[in-house]
Amino acid sequence: MSVNYGSKRVVVGAHYGLRDWLSQRVTAVLMALFTLALLAQVIFSKGPIGYDKWAGIFSAQWMKVLTFTVIISLAWHAWVGVREVLMDYIKPVGLRLALQVFTIVWLVGCAGWGIQVLWRL
Amino acid sequence: MTELAKKRPEFRNINAFKDLTTYRMTPAAWVSILHRASGLIMFLLLPFIIWMFDTSVSSEISFAKFSAAFNIGIGFVPGWFIKLVALALIWSYLHHFCAGLRHLWMDVSHSAVNKQFGKTSALSVFAVSIALALVLGAKLFGLY
Repeated sequence: MSVNYGSKRVVVGAHYGLRDWLSQRVTAVLMALFTLALLAQVIFSKGPIGYDKWAGIFSAQWMKVLTFTVIISLAWHAWVGVREVLMDYIKPVGLRLALQVFTIVWLVGCAGWGIQVLWRL
Repeated sequence: MTELAKKRPEFRNINAFKDLTTYRMTPAAWVSILHRASGLIMFLLLPFIIWMFDTSVSSEISFAKFSAAFNIGIGFVPGWFIKLVALALIWSYLHHFCAGLRHLWMDVSHSAVNKQFGKTSALSVFAVSIALALVLGAKLFGLY
């Protein structure tokens, strides 16, 4: 990974977007695996799914840790994606900055709410 | 500067109504733009997603509220509208998931990066995501 701080900072050239690209892929794979893990538990549970079964899935400690990781992944993944969309379509710098700030506030707020729900289970 | 170089036309601004409508989009192009659209839908509806997570897992009482929102409605919003929004999210997730797998496949396999695979894989993304969305949507609206 290229140096992005100090006097030896690489400001141009290849690999510039590698970090974003790679983190988006890694977080995507994590979320896909989480989807399969959740789906398996829903499909292989016996009988109709009421509150107890549904909440029971998320109250297991390993599932909490996994869900926590996925919430962080989702925020990160969405940040890379939305930033990309904003860079493509929003040209006025001021408006783009405002929307990027909104995106961060939106994602951090939602992630916080999700983690709060998870941790009081 | 030669006469020819001076007259070289520049197309900087794409008019959404005049130009975009004349584009002939390939299946891969549709998958691509819908990947963005579905991502944006889920991003904007994130509070609704977490609200569903919150009410469905927090307590028996909130779970009843969650079910009632879909069956009867909540506040001034009717139940069918909540279901419609949920269906939009279901489709968005399925499309984003399938198109994402297609991306990952193209990232790891050089033999997948060609025109033919681009087309067939794009059509497969639509086939899988739309079929699953229809099945789950029918379930959501109680058709079976």
